[in-house]
Amino acid sequence: MPFIPHTESETAAMLEAIGIGGIEALFDEIPPGLRAPDSTAIPPGLNEMATARLLAERADANGAPLCFIGAGAYEHHIPAAVWEIAARGEFYTAYTPYQAEASQGTLQLLYEYQTMMTGLTALDVSNASLYDGASALAEAVLMAVRANRSARSKRVLIPRTVHPDYRRVVQTIVSNQGIIIETLDFDPRSGAIDPAALPANPGDFAALVVPQPNFFGVLEEVDALCDWAHSHGALVIALTNPMSLALLKPPGAWGAEGADIACGEGQPLGVPLASGGPYFGFMCSKSEHVRQMPGRIIGRTVDLDGKPGFALTLQAREQHIRRSKATSNICTNQGLLVTAATIYMSLLGAEGLRRVASASHANTRQLRDTLCAIKGVTPLFARPFFHEVVLQLDADVDAVLARMADGGILGGYSLKREYPELGESLLVCATETKTPDDLRRYAETCARALGRG
Amino acid sequence: MTLIFEQSAPARRAALQAPAADAAAVTDISAALLRTTAPLLPEVSELQVVRHYTRLSQKNFSIDTHFYPLGSCTMKYNPRACNTLASLPGFLRRHPHAPEQFSQGFLACMHELQEMLKEVTGMQAVSLTPMAGSQGEFSGVAMIRAYHTARGDHARDEILVPDAAHGTNPATAVMCGYKAREIPTNAEGDVDIDALRAAVGPHTAGLMLTNPSTLGVFERRIKEIAGIVHEAGGLLYYDGANLNAILGKVRPGDMGFDVIHLNLHKTFSTPHGGGGPGAGPVGVGEKLQPFLPVPMVGAANGRYHWITEKDRPQTIGRLSAFAGNAGILMRAYIYARMLGREGMHRVAEYATLNANYMAARMKERGFELAFPQRRATHEFIVTMRRESKSLHVSAMDFAKRLLDYGFHAPTTYFPMLVPECLLIEPTETEDKGTLDAFIDALCQIRAEAEATPDKVTGAPYTMPVRRLDDVRAAREPDLAWKPSSGAR
Repeated sequence: MPFIPHTESETAAMLEAIGIGGIEALFDEIPPGLRAPDSTAIPPGLNEMATARLLAERADANGAPLCFIGAGAYEHHIPAAVWEIAARGEFYTAYTPYQAEASQGTLQLLYEYQTMMTGLTALDVSNASLYDGASALAEAVLMAVRANRSARSKRVLIPRTVHPDYRRVVQTIVSNQGIIIETLDFDPRSGAIDPAALPANPGDFAALVVPQPNFFGVLEEVDALCDWAHSHGALVIALTNPMSLALLKPPGAWGAEGADIACGEGQPLGVPLASGGPYFGFMCSKSEHVRQMPGRIIGRTVDLDGKPGFALTLQAREQHIRRSKATSNICTNQGLLVTAATIYMSLLGAEGLRRVASASHANTRQLRDTLCAIKGVTPLFARPFFHEVVLQLDADVDAVLARMADGGILGGYSLKREYPELGESLLVCATETKTPDDLRRYAETCARALGRG
Repeated sequence: MTLIFEQSAPARRAALQAPAADAAAVTDISAALLRTTAPLLPEVSELQVVRHYTRLSQKNFSIDTHFYPLGSCTMKYNPRACNTLASLPGFLRRHPHAPEQFSQGFLACMHELQEMLKEVTGMQAVSLTPMAGSQGEFSGVAMIRAYHTARGDHARDEILVPDAAHGTNPATAVMCGYKAREIPTNAEGDVDIDALRAAVGPHTAGLMLTNPSTLGVFERRIKEIAGIVHEAGGLLYYDGANLNAILGKVRPGDMGFDVIHLNLHKTFSTPHGGGGPGAGPVGVGEKLQPFLPVPMVGAANGRYHWITEKDRPQTIGRLSAFAGNAGILMRAYIYARMLGREGMHRVAEYATLNANYMAARMKERGFELAFPQRRATHEFIVTMRRESKSLHVSAMDFAKRLLDYGFHAPTTYFPMLVPECLLIEPTETEDKGTLDAFIDALCQIRAEAEATPDKVTGAPYTMPVRRLDDVRAAREPDLAWKPSSGAR
């Protein structure tokens, strides 16, 4: 029987110990009318060999295109050691470290992770992860509204330069709690918020979300945005790509006072693309807000003998203690992905991360320059970018992308549906994984798709 | 054990793991946008990293190394094939925005998983996108809200939750803008029907129920409960935390539930990963279909496609940037294909057999069951109130001493209704010998508690650390290492 170890004689002995004649008797408290019909719609079981054959066919059916899409999920080299270790049974098959003494491995790793994230963001504290970048932003919005006691408002400002699906997730998660999300428009020339165009009297609001880099890959004027929000009594939520923080000014150093909360998608740190998940959301904040932070937090303490050790802490925030008064209903997190990310960051170090970030930036710049040499391709925004860039075509962008896909290249993310005002535009990304040859292939395929090959 | 930061030396690197320095010049970003000091990350070699994290892993209990009878968490064997096959390059390299022509293999798996989950739960439609049980619960209650709102029924502001429920239930009700009202449980472990009757009314949006309940018993009057809630105009939410007990035996759809979530990391054996990821798909009956979260996967003419807001204008929306914890859904799919229809029946059968066997043996050896008159489901509760009173050895002490015997502790002090309780869930994948050894260990600990109680109250002794000072951890939070803080 699949994964069931019982021999017939063991089963018989167990039934005898219970004092029943057969397994069916175990279900005698279920009203007979409720018993399930035979589920013929579920196929018969497969052995491992047959399953492996089926899954290999399915994996092949996804093809192996050369991918230049980013838009929230980024292809980076993942050192072999990352998943060799993260997939060890002791990490893979453990659970939430409620029994701290038997979970010191996971707990110390999470403490190290929290330290690394505070280093990247230049903030004081980090939680042990949330589900993904989008839900982390939603939790950050809820946290900011709770934490900003001086603002009487439940308004939160989110620029349209935040990933459109992130904005949808925020809407889904916060809309039933009376929080009002207002969008801020961007400057169509720069692809970023123009600080000079912000209202002088915006009214009371609880928080401003500042994406860096923003959805277009463009770098926002974070210092000015941060100071503007603070001058109106609002908190600042930084939404950022952790890989970019190897290069960019960290949220804790933005403006005069620094951002109050930083969150985002942790996937670039050692997590494969894998159809969008599992990834992990990260969240850091200034220490004054820690008791409003959702999710697990690990602390270092001592044991009965005074020896240092690690434990879940500040649990009075959480649902299993506070029930309806918890900061969130979140229970699990994305521990396995954090395990991978911690190993990844240890292997790369600050210098390695900086090189990956710089090489990704340089590759995207190179791709932009190569493509803009093709007639009919122009860069759309003037401001600096991290590792994604928006290009405008003089042809139907979706048709061009479809022709490129037929040539085995995923040429980018079409912005037409989400940002129709940008015309025939696409968002492209070339991380450190792309070789000069890959860039050349892209350019040739793109030129052909535009009819200029 | 030292922290990875304490093994750091300036300029040491795992040199092979990053591009060469010559690509690194960034000249087109102004200094005001750049960081001026490097972030605090360790500077260590590849071997140091591998050894450090391998050694850390060895400080964990896990299913692969220890019996882990953590009640309500379903810590069953996670087949290695699920990880290996979900990690085939064709799955790992697929970008979430890849066009459908480069997604057919993945979408086929997701569509088949939706169909299988519909079948085993008796629901009409399934969305796989919630990333964990708490998101499944959130979607379920948000759909209930959307349903009432769409009918112009704005008076319903209350969600009923039995007092034995998981903490996520009331927390979820509040996140969806509802008040959570608790319904008491009777001495037999069933919902107090009279209290339920008294509580329902035009203000009732719905009832959240786990069946079997967290007390480890099947809610026998479920049809009656469903009738009471439906008559009052409310909807019935099934918390799938304990689906392992009834997989293939009873279907929530047949019990009268309007919406359910499943914890695939429990029933469908995806890894718990040290605290996640999970996956919490939701299933609904006819009434709630229009409100399901997107995206979902549709099929037409042998091709698979995404179902989005365009197709479902009344959807409660999105819960993740892409399509949920896809890789976890893949593992659940692979597990379901290996089990097949006959394997799924056996899950509930042998999970229940193991729990009832343990309960019978423990009762025989003098432990007190919380509900001795009831049939156990896939888990059962032992109360240590006698031992606690006469020996001054608590359920927590038993739990900690079990670690020294090489067993992960059961869930302690949950559900809160039963004093000094251990919630024990063996799962179907454990063999009789392991169950017997666990019971023997509990008996030995009780003997120790009678002879030398200090030995038990001071446990554990063989773990990397002894009991930790939680009060200090909360009062003087040390949440991140600082170079100046050094070794303590």
